[in-house]
Amino acid sequence: MNREKVIFAFFIVLALTLNFGFVLGDLDNADHHDVFELFAALVVSLICTVLKFGDRTHLGALMLATSLVADLQLIIAAGFWGFGEQIAATGMTPRIMASVVSFAAGAAVANCISVILLVVETALIRR
Amino acid sequence: MNNLAFLFMRRLRAPLITLITVYAISVFGMTLIPGRDADGNVWYMDFFHAFYFVSYMGTTIGFGEVPYEFTDAQRMWVTVSIYATVISWLYGIGQTLAVLQEPMFGRLMRLRGFTAHVRNLHQPFYLVCGYGVTGSIVVRRLIDRGIRAVVVDVEQERIDALELDNLVIPVPALCADASLPDILDHAGLQHKQCIGVLALTNNDNVNLSIAIASKLLAPKRQVITRTNSEVTTANMASFGTDMIVDPFRAYADYMALAARSPHKLLAYDWLMNPRHRALSSVYKHAPGRWIICGYGRFGRALASAFAAEGMEMTIIDPSPGNLAPLRNAVVGVGTEAHTLRDAGVESAVGIIAGTDNDADNLSIIMTARELNPKLTTVVRQNLHQNALIFSHSRCDFVMEPGRIIANRILAQLKTPLLALFLEQLQQQDDVWAHTLVNRMSSVVGDSELDSWAIQVTPATAPAVNTMLAQRSVTLRYLNKNPRQRDRMLPCFPLLLKTTNNEVHLLPGELHELQIGDELLFCGLSMAKRQMEWSINNYNVLHYLLTGEDPPDTLLARLLRHHRESA
Repeated sequence: MNREKVIFAFFIVLALTLNFGFVLGDLDNADHHDVFELFAALVVSLICTVLKFGDRTHLGALMLATSLVADLQLIIAAGFWGFGEQIAATGMTPRIMASVVSFAAGAAVANCISVILLVVETALIRR
Repeated sequence: MNNLAFLFMRRLRAPLITLITVYAISVFGMTLIPGRDADGNVWYMDFFHAFYFVSYMGTTIGFGEVPYEFTDAQRMWVTVSIYATVISWLYGIGQTLAVLQEPMFGRLMRLRGFTAHVRNLHQPFYLVCGYGVTGSIVVRRLIDRGIRAVVVDVEQERIDALELDNLVIPVPALCADASLPDILDHAGLQHKQCIGVLALTNNDNVNLSIAIASKLLAPKRQVITRTNSEVTTANMASFGTDMIVDPFRAYADYMALAARSPHKLLAYDWLMNPRHRALSSVYKHAPGRWIICGYGRFGRALASAFAAEGMEMTIIDPSPGNLAPLRNAVVGVGTEAHTLRDAGVESAVGIIAGTDNDADNLSIIMTARELNPKLTTVVRQNLHQNALIFSHSRCDFVMEPGRIIANRILAQLKTPLLALFLEQLQQQDDVWAHTLVNRMSSVVGDSELDSWAIQVTPATAPAVNTMLAQRSVTLRYLNKNPRQRDRMLPCFPLLLKTTNNEVHLLPGELHELQIGDELLFCGLSMAKRQMEWSINNYNVLHYLLTGEDPPDTLLARLLRHHRESA
């Protein structure tokens, strides 16, 4: 068992599960979506990106790309949340909430691809 | 580029993860700890403010407590966070600096800079492998002629020396093993502007692999190599290396020429060597017996060259095995008087100290000179660092392999016509050579004699080409000074090669130029620059031919045409 691989897989799967958990629920209902979960998803996603740095294989490049997409989506989602809570005069409306969740859902797709790639990579190793 | 970025990212993985984790924990903690607002109500910081606060706390410690004054619990957490974030920043920055200072990183950076520099060369360049004595002379002379060069050498010291040489045009240089094909590729072996590869390292195997790599990757590209053994020479010739310089053979031929016809030697010297000897220094050859000390590679090359001239010689060598097949041979080093006496130094006309030890060579010459002051002395210099001693040794000839190779190669690079001329020179007699040297001397005096070729083609001599469509141009007009047509440039034509491969030595000034003619000129390099005006600029050539300098605009030409036809 390779400890490094365990950590790597742990973070990648955790990024997907947290992200999925945040997206689950009504699209525009703020009560269904926990801000702490969004924060955790963003942090784990960032750590995943750094873990994928420096892998020179083709698969490694794809993984890095999906991770960067997830980061981008989650940062935008967090930005919308901050905008809704702090800046917008109306406060958090269902419309803003829907934007936050749909961006996070996009990130979930990217994370999903990341996990698929991880599975593909594992399947390719015949040991 | 990829290597560099990957190395960087790989090494910074741990500090980046630390930084992200510490920030995440600090932000998270800030949102969990209850605070009090201005009215004393319990208040929880949201992520936006927590992130804002931690961001400026980590980087700048002088800050206020926003949006409300903190409670003691919050302050305790902030204290922990300050230390955590500051330490993780220091760790990250320290690690970045450490990566930048790693030797591997520096090597990759240099390789990257070198590759980019070579890739962006847009002028023709030579790839020079080996920056020793030969390499440095060749590169300097190429740069003086405005030709670009790229240098690869295995020793960092020599690359540093190149940087200190103050060449006027920047020369990309890399410290790497030139026998590796990918290094050669980085150095522009497959670059379309690379016009030649010079393999000048002191290792025959390396030179061989450079020549092979070049001939395989770009079969038409010129390859010039130096070699130290006949086996390698034959090997290189077998796959079409364009020029192979064996310094010992080259110098042996040179010495044979010196013994046979001193004026030819002088003409040869003036054309090949930038620092030529004065006319009065011409070597007065007395027929007689020569003593050759050392029967290694150099000694053998000399003996065969002398034997071909039918000259008498005695050979001294410390190993009796080497001397077995020879008739006139004495066993010994040659540094002791008795060995030299045995070899008959009193009755010899010249001595060549050709061992591979500089101290021995000088000792041989000094002992021999004491025994017979009239001897012509030739000494072989092995190490370039000993130049000072050798230049004061008062020997008639100092043979330095590095310089010989450099001169040979430069003559080849200047123009292939020069090699053709030197070949033709061998067939002339010594009187002819004497007149030639006198003429050269009257043209350039003590300055350096340069030589250059001109091809009468639309691309290389457009003005002559256009003019030939209207009227004939004789050779003498090229020799005129384009600033003042009643003066001649300090140069003269050495050789003319016509389209049907006829070769004329010293062509007359009334020769009418034809398209496709190739000319070799010698003279001051200033004349070369002036001559470029007359062969490239139609108006200048027109002035030289007619003495008129009329306006040559479209309108002026139409008017003139109209007037002439009227």
